[in-house]
Formats: sequence, structure tokens, C-alpha cells
Amino acid sequence: MNLESLVHVCLAGLSTGMFIWLVASGLTLIFGVLGVLNFAHGSFYMLGAYCAFTALKLMGGNFWLGLLVGPLVVCAVGFVIERFFLRHVYGLELPYQLLLTFAFVLLFDNLVKIIWGAGSIGSPSVPGLSGSVNILGRFFPVYNLFIIVVGPLVALGLWALIEKTWYGRIIRAASTEREMAAAIGVRVPALFTGVFVFGTWLGAVGGALAVPYIGLLTPGMGEAIIIEAFVVAVIGGLGSLKGAFLGALVIGLLSSFGTRFLPAFDMFLTFILMAAVLLWRPQGFFGKAV
Amino acid sequence: MMLQVEGINTYYRKSHILQDVSFSVEAGEVVALLGRNGVGKTTSLRSVMGLTAPRNGSIRFQDREVAGQAPYVMAKAGMAYMPDDLKIFPDLTCEENLEIARRLSGRDGYWNQGRVEELFPVLGDRRKQLGILLSGGEKKMLGMGRALMANPDMILLDEPSEGLAPLVVDHLAAVIEAIRDKGITLLLADQNLKFCRRVCGRGYILEKGRVVHADTIAAIWDDEAVIKQYLAL
Repeated sequence: MNLESLVHVCLAGLSTGMFIWLVASGLTLIFGVLGVLNFAHGSFYMLGAYCAFTALKLMGGNFWLGLLVGPLVVCAVGFVIERFFLRHVYGLELPYQLLLTFAFVLLFDNLVKIIWGAGSIGSPSVPGLSGSVNILGRFFPVYNLFIIVVGPLVALGLWALIEKTWYGRIIRAASTEREMAAAIGVRVPALFTGVFVFGTWLGAVGGALAVPYIGLLTPGMGEAIIIEAFVVAVIGGLGSLKGAFLGALVIGLLSSFGTRFLPAFDMFLTFILMAAVLLWRPQGFFGKAV
Repeated sequence: MMLQVEGINTYYRKSHILQDVSFSVEAGEVVALLGRNGVGKTTSLRSVMGLTAPRNGSIRFQDREVAGQAPYVMAKAGMAYMPDDLKIFPDLTCEENLEIARRLSGRDGYWNQGRVEELFPVLGDRRKQLGILLSGGEKKMLGMGRALMANPDMILLDEPSEGLAPLVVDHLAAVIEAIRDKGITLLLADQNLKFCRRVCGRGYILEKGRVVHADTIAAIWDDEAVIKQYLAL
């Protein structure tokens, strides 16, 4: 393998990893603060993609307006789910949360079929980010480079929000001792709604950014990404944003090198890694031991 | 009257924990809820704080009906709470644990970081240390400091003397006296009658979720029959 190939495989791995991170970040934030394993997060990703696509078409093909408006529509959906459904299962065991959120997966898959049709929809290109650039004699999509830049920016923004702001301090307090947080004056239900809606927005932004990245929008597209996002969240340590970022990088690179050298075992390698991490360190890279 | 609890009934699911419990605390008093483990002392404090709402009965705090109010409403109204397991925020530093309580309460007053560290010098030494890394004794001081930082009118302390060495219990008693002298009303739930005798004026003894005896602490201390029946281990 020469240097050019190595660089391109790494770049492909980084873009895949950062793309998964965009979705896994919201999933991880919601689990870390609310303690809810939200299976419907993949649906937010799917709705983000479809809503951004529709907004983009309605607003004269402006991708950036679609990216802004589409996820906001999904935030409203996230608000309704948290406020009227999820809130009632916080105190219950994990299977109840999974069952409820999985019900929303089925519901939204069918809703997408009703609204946008059961077939695939081709995505438009992004002005300024379409085409490829020559890197060491080979072409690499500009949009994928854009994703490689956006991923760490989102990570940096989340780190600053959680570690450096007043709201981040409240979130850190309420995520570990929610009853005590309430006893010192935190409106915990409102905080949880806010965090859930923000996590929903992150998933929907991932979906909106996926429109040009994956090329085709299909009902059920959230299910494939949610499995990868779960793997990343588990490897990194459930609830750890730092872990999810590292996990996404590892899975992205593993997937890229797997596709290059062992194409028949691409996904197989991902799950082997997850099994190995769970055996070696059941709480994941940065998760807290139970 | 600072706190007036009348005939509250509190349940955990189907278990009827507090049965027609009534007690009161005057402004500036230090009052104890006494009794063995599992008699309803903690549930009484949780009911007042709004963490486990009573199904019926009345709780008046500073002449305002507050039964069933959310804990954050109670905190902003001037009630602070230190649970028996302290619930220090593990991912916040000592300083952040204190500051978050002050800022959320929105109440200014005598207590600030400097005065709390004067009362508990070790908290000044551990200012940048995460809550999770503090020792049990340090956590207790931080729990009490956090309650003070809200500049409350009243503090509910659950088992403040539990697990402390005799010398530390002496220090705690002096701290509670200092807090009382600054005009804060205190309601303690504790099993340690000797400790309560030092700091409390009156006490209520609970047994199986009911108040079975109420008197001054001095009178309870002298009543061997009551101690033997309700407090002896």
C-alpha cells in the first residue's frame, strides 16, 4: 500500500467516522443526561434528511436554508415526543424505553412513506461543496472534506457547552444527581425537554448533512445509521461524548481499512471490535464502571 | 411559624409511609425528628421538600401552603435540603458545587463562598477538586456548605451526625449552633439523641410512620421509658 492509498483510506475513514459521530453525539447526549436509550434517534436523522430536502426544494434549492429549517421542524417532533410520551417512562426499566422509542421508529418510517413515498429520492448537490479535489494525485469529494471539518467543530462546540457554560454546569449536575439538582432549584423536567430537543436537533442536522453525502433518501434510512451510532456509543462508553467521538473515529477508520483490505468482512470487523471492547472493558473507553 | 405540617399522608407506590404526621417549627428553632431506622424521618423531610409529595394533608412554609409543590419551587422559596447520602455532584468541583446552589437560588445574603470556607476551611483547600474525589467527611461539609450557599430561611438536614467520628460530631454541633445564630431555622432527622440534645430545642419521635411523642429534647433525654420504647437500638 503506497502513501497515496493510505492517505485516501484514512480520509475516507475520517469522513465516515465524523458522519457517524454527528448522529451518535445526540444519541449520547440524550443517554448521558436523561438516561434514555433513544432508538428513535435514527428516525430524527431520517426526518432531518427529508425535512431538509423539502425545505431546500421549497426555498429555491438553497442547501444552507434547508440545513437550517429542516432540523428545526424535527425539533418540534422531538419536543412532542419528550413532553407527552418519553417523560412517562423515565422512571421505568430500559425495555420500556426501548419499546416506546422503537414504536416511534415504525411510526415515522410509515409516515415518511405516506408523505414522501416509498421510493428513493435523489439528493441535490451543494453549490461550492460539490465535485472533488486532487489530493496526492487522486480525487476526493469536497463534501466529504467538509464533513471531516464539521465533525470536530460539533465536538468542540459540545465540549464548550458542557464544560464551559452555566447551562453545561446545570446539565452535568442534573445528569448525575437529578433529584438533588431539583432540590437546589433546577427545573429538571424543563431541562430534560431542552436537552432532548437539542439532541434531536443534532440527529436531524446529521440527517440534513447526509442528504448530499449518501446521495439517496429512503424510508428506513435511520435504522442503518442508528445501529452504527449505537456501536459507537457502546464502544465509547454510553453517555460519554468524548468516548463517542473516539469511538466514531475508530469505527470509521476500521470500516475504511476493512473495505480496502477485507471487503467481505466490512461490518463484521465493526462488531468484532465492539465484542472485543465489551469483553476487555464492558463500560467502553470512557464509560463509568457499574 | 416557619413550618407547619398537619396530617400528611405520604406513600411510596402502595406503601403507606407517613400516616397523619403533624409537626411544626418556629422561626429560629432547631427541631429534631427522632426515631429508629425506617420510621419515616427521611420521608417526612422529603415530603416537606417536595421530593415525595404527600397525598393529602397540609404543609405551610412561612404561612404559604406548599404541599405538593415541586422541589425547585421550595428551593426558591427559601428551603434547603441536605440528604443523608449527601448527593454531591460528582462531576463538579467543590467550588462549582457551592456556586451552583447560590446562583440557582437567586437569593443573596450572609452566606457566600468565603464565609462557607471560613466555616469549613477544608473546602477552601479542596476548591478545585471534583466532588467525586472528596472523602466522606469532606462531602458532608460540602453538603452543608451547599445548603448554606442558597441563603435559605430553613434547612432540612437528614442524618447529619451519621457516620462521623465523635470529634467531628462536636464540630458539627458547633457549626449548627453558628448557623442557627445567623437566623436560619433547622429541622434535623437524626437517631443520635446525644447529638440532638446539644443542638435542638424540641423533638418529635416517630414510630411506624406516626408521630408518637413530642416534647423538649431535655424532657425526652430524661424520659427513660420513652427512650427504651422508641429510641434504644
